[in-house]
Amino acid sequence: MTTRWFGERVQRVEDDRLLRGNGRFTDDIDQGALESVLVRSPFAHARIKSVDVSAARALPGVVAVYVAADLPFGQTDLPILIPHPNLTHGRTQRCLASQVVRYVGEAVAFVVAESRYVAEDAADLVEVEYEALPVVITPEAAAAAAHLVHDDVPGNVAAELLQEAGEVDKAMAAAPHRKRLHLRFERGAASPMEGRAVWARWSAGEHRLTVYDSTQSPTSIRGGLAVLFGLPESDVEVIAPDVGGGFGPKIMLFYPDELLVPFAAMKLRRPVKWTEDRQEHFTAVNQERGQVHEVEVGFDADGRVLALSDDFVHDAGAYTPYGIILPIITAAQVPGPYRVPNYRVRFRDVYTNATPTSPYRGAGRPHACFVMERTLDAIAAELSLDRVEVRRRNLIQPDQFPYEVGVAWQDGNRAIYDSGNYPALVDRTLEMLGPRPAGDHIGMGLSPYVEGTGVGPYEGAHVQVLVSGKVVAATGIPNQGQAHATVWAQIVADQLGVDVADVEVTSGDTRKFPWGVGTFASRGAVTAGNAMHVAAGMVAAKAKRVAADLLEADPADLELEGGQVRVKGSPDRGVPLAAVAVHANPMRYAFGGGTEAATQFTPRPRPGPPLPDGEQPGLEATGYYSPPGSTWASGCHAAYVRVDPKTFRLEILKYVVVHDCGRVINPMVLEGQIEGGVAQGIGGAFYERLAYDSDGQLRNASFMEFLMPYATEIPKIEIDHIETPSPLNPLGVKGAGEAGVIPVGAVLAAAIEEALGVPVTEMPLSPLKLFELSLESQDRGRKSQ
Amino acid sequence: MKVNGVAHPVPVDPRRLLSDHLRHDLGLTGTHVGCEHGVCGCCTVLLDGAPVRSCLMLAVQAEGHEVTTIEGLAQSGSPLHPVQQAFHECHGLQCGFCTPGFVMSVVGLLREHPDPTPEQVDEGIAGNLCRCTGYASIRRAVHRAAELSKK
Amino acid sequence: MKPARFGYHAPQSVEETCQLLASLEDAKVLAGGQSLVPLLNFRLARPAHLVDINRIGNLDRIYERDGGVAVQALARQSTVEDSELAARLCPLLPAALRQVAHRVIRNRGTVCGSLAHADPASELPAVMLALNGHVVAASARGQRIIPAADLFTSVMQTALAPDELLVEAWFPGAHGKYAIAEESRRHGDFALAGAVRYGDRLALFGVAATPVMADPRDPTKGLQPSGDLEATPEFRLHLVRALTERLFAA
Repeated sequence: MTTRWFGERVQRVEDDRLLRGNGRFTDDIDQGALESVLVRSPFAHARIKSVDVSAARALPGVVAVYVAADLPFGQTDLPILIPHPNLTHGRTQRCLASQVVRYVGEAVAFVVAESRYVAEDAADLVEVEYEALPVVITPEAAAAAAHLVHDDVPGNVAAELLQEAGEVDKAMAAAPHRKRLHLRFERGAASPMEGRAVWARWSAGEHRLTVYDSTQSPTSIRGGLAVLFGLPESDVEVIAPDVGGGFGPKIMLFYPDELLVPFAAMKLRRPVKWTEDRQEHFTAVNQERGQVHEVEVGFDADGRVLALSDDFVHDAGAYTPYGIILPIITAAQVPGPYRVPNYRVRFRDVYTNATPTSPYRGAGRPHACFVMERTLDAIAAELSLDRVEVRRRNLIQPDQFPYEVGVAWQDGNRAIYDSGNYPALVDRTLEMLGPRPAGDHIGMGLSPYVEGTGVGPYEGAHVQVLVSGKVVAATGIPNQGQAHATVWAQIVADQLGVDVADVEVTSGDTRKFPWGVGTFASRGAVTAGNAMHVAAGMVAAKAKRVAADLLEADPADLELEGGQVRVKGSPDRGVPLAAVAVHANPMRYAFGGGTEAATQFTPRPRPGPPLPDGEQPGLEATGYYSPPGSTWASGCHAAYVRVDPKTFRLEILKYVVVHDCGRVINPMVLEGQIEGGVAQGIGGAFYERLAYDSDGQLRNASFMEFLMPYATEIPKIEIDHIETPSPLNPLGVKGAGEAGVIPVGAVLAAAIEEALGVPVTEMPLSPLKLFELSLESQDRGRKSQ
Repeated sequence: MKVNGVAHPVPVDPRRLLSDHLRHDLGLTGTHVGCEHGVCGCCTVLLDGAPVRSCLMLAVQAEGHEVTTIEGLAQSGSPLHPVQQAFHECHGLQCGFCTPGFVMSVVGLLREHPDPTPEQVDEGIAGNLCRCTGYASIRRAVHRAAELSKK
Repeated sequence: MKPARFGYHAPQSVEETCQLLASLEDAKVLAGGQSLVPLLNFRLARPAHLVDINRIGNLDRIYERDGGVAVQALARQSTVEDSELAARLCPLLPAALRQVAHRVIRNRGTVCGSLAHADPASELPAVMLALNGHVVAASARGQRIIPAADLFTSVMQTALAPDELLVEAWFPGAHGKYAIAEESRRHGDFALAGAVRYGDRLALFGVAATPVMADPRDPTKGLQPSGDLEATPEFRLHLVRALTERLFAA
């Protein structure tokens, strides 16, 4: 294979229209659509005594107001997307609540009006009488179970899972040193700049439901809508147009609006749209990260981990639509890049009266990394050893792959690392980090990490060479900024010997490609990328078969280069790909564009039927890729920070990243993913938190108070790559979407702990938190004197 | 009001936000809405040449003023404006949702500081949130735009 | 997040504005709108009437008066920030303005609007207090001067009557040693605690219901700040001491 495009810093083909303001996001689509608003619960836990929508319905400009009783699916529980045998008490919400609400923001009524302004006026007029119920808001409170979120879920426990590799009790008892840690990670929010949005139209004449949805999984939405409305899947088309960032929560389905908007469009026979505002985004969109870990580690005098036991509670929120994927990921990822010969992990997934949780960039991994890295720092402190040296002594070595962790992975298989070179990551990171800056109150943090990426089950792609010689390609997974239109084009262009500019990619449009799963879990490059490679390879093979007839050559002697199919070693013996596309479709009627060359009275290259047996017309192919297991990317981050001892302001003096995601398709795009991930990690570690009070009210539900960092808060990030190809897929690639965010909390915790001399056992931090930790530390100092 | 050089009547409903008017009445959907409380900067447009938040203005307030949106920077078919070109060259956008707001803010920034220092760049783009890039590529784009603007 | 309905009025003169404010029930003045419109969008503010003063001519001047800088109601913060006159007569004012939100907000926000909004964590009220400036209020009843010390009465409350329009802010000429320092979570955010020094005078913001004067030698004396998500009362007191130390060390 020639690799002219793969690996190059190809500039993005999607930029031009986005930069000119010609992007097409869901709310950009109007077409006379009615607008809508969801009336949401202001209570975290309450019984609904009555709902009166009469005043809202009477308001001029209001077209319809729906409550649960108005919906044919009003008494249907929404699906548990990923069932698991240990999810013994899975619970999901209904589209509109009619009996009990279990989090602030749960939908109760749906208003459709001529404009969003009027819809909001009407929502103000919906009278809901609530009877407040006791609120369960932290994972600790949920586990203590003084109150229940669901009457029929004892102990608030949705699921419990215990896994053990080796013999932990025995190894722990025999370990020369033991240490216990209590570690806590709070909830965070993905906060894409575009909130969620849905637009739907029912074309009665064509019997077709068209839905635009700011989703990470249009193919799944399509399947679900077809089932719900009793339509053939072929009558439902779902398009994720330009999506303004996803980061996880847009993979969740179904949010109530995703059913209500199409329902209303069918019922009212008019297009209907719903565009979330920022205020509702804070409580209506899934969140993540709340976990509390109790860790015990046994280790030897050299700092080698002999046994690790982690018992953690995961904050599910009010419902478990996404199953128990998050705690399963955490459980598998705690050991990270380290050998843990005896590992036991138990989790309980507990209900709270807060927004449900589902993956947010990192998905269970930032907390896992934090737990392991804090544990290793504790070992180093206990033994007075260098923190980096303790890490080196525990790293899995390059000759130990494939490496089995000993517990289950999120795809139903065992967690098995395919490849990597972790010591090299640490070496290069230290080299880039350089000497410690001069001055006081400076700390260093370093954290290698692994990330299971590229989970199945599969993705597919369709690639077609048009008679113009241009190429169109489509895959089912949508794009939220990952440059799919560019990187898929690079993969296809290499296979077909054409220019990237001649490949036009469509993603996330079921009209163009109806099969697939979605964009999540750092899986696009592995699954859809390899599917593109497979499909384009099939097209290339067919191009050679067709051209072989034209050139009277053996297909094995042909190559695709420069927009031609030509004989290897004789570049002047070739036919343009456009002509091959023409000949791939024998025809009776020429319709221009050079197609007369394939009509019936032109000389035939070959006896027999015009379309050879077993061959399909057109220079096109559909290919799929289904990974045998996850690819495990890895990396190492390190930082120097300074903390002002008076104001507790954090200054990140240097931040370096060395990353290994196998073969790199486009370094520019990859660096963008990492830089963005690190920034999100810094936000989550020091600026952003979701501050729920004991009544379950989110006290900082605005961008004024939920402190996403601006440019002024994010330092320069220095990045380097090493490439350890994955042996599991043809391209040798691994995923990279989440890598940037994973170790940031661990790195900053270690650096701040050293800078300020206070123990850090929780995330996120803030100047206030550091002030309080330093007061506690002074108190302890006084008492010990 | 004039929008991208074309005169338009202001809407009848005084509570209609300028951002909604541009997007849904005039079809200029390049101006995006990310928070509607003035923090994210996605809706930034130029009002008489200076960047402002269109979500914090009533459309009626634009009467007698000149509004420039992202669509007004480069005519369709003609080359990108230097700031747009720089964002492209430096991978200053990923999902593209915050991008029009950033571009308009940077146009304003470079008008005041044609050759900005790194601190002026950070201050000039602080006020716009981006969740994808981590800002590094946007910083590079601002410096590149300053270079391109001089050519 | 769309505003509730309101009656919209766009007077052309101060007199017309004063008449409207005198006659309308539950009216709010709309100047730059950078604080008011978010409240409207959240429907946290639902005034029956908005009186938009932006169409009043000749109300955006920045001029010298009594050796100080007079800033009229429609002068945008960015204009004052760039004003050569302000830099010459009262350099603390542009220095403080550079800490107010972000330039794009300052392009629209007004100095007078910030004073009338009287957010206790904002910079300009404390600057005016430290300098002993005043504002001019106009109403159908006439004009009056309200000294800074009397202007700020409680959280987002001022001595302005409902029928009064703040037409001008006056910052005295100030050539002594000045500085402003604040701690905020992000660049441009409201301060967790802030301090303004002019000579030996110290005004604090973000630590009480209004900006307050304090003794540089004992800046937390009598202070009882409230707590919120980002700062407890203790942390605010700690920051006041740290900021004061910084301002008076130089």
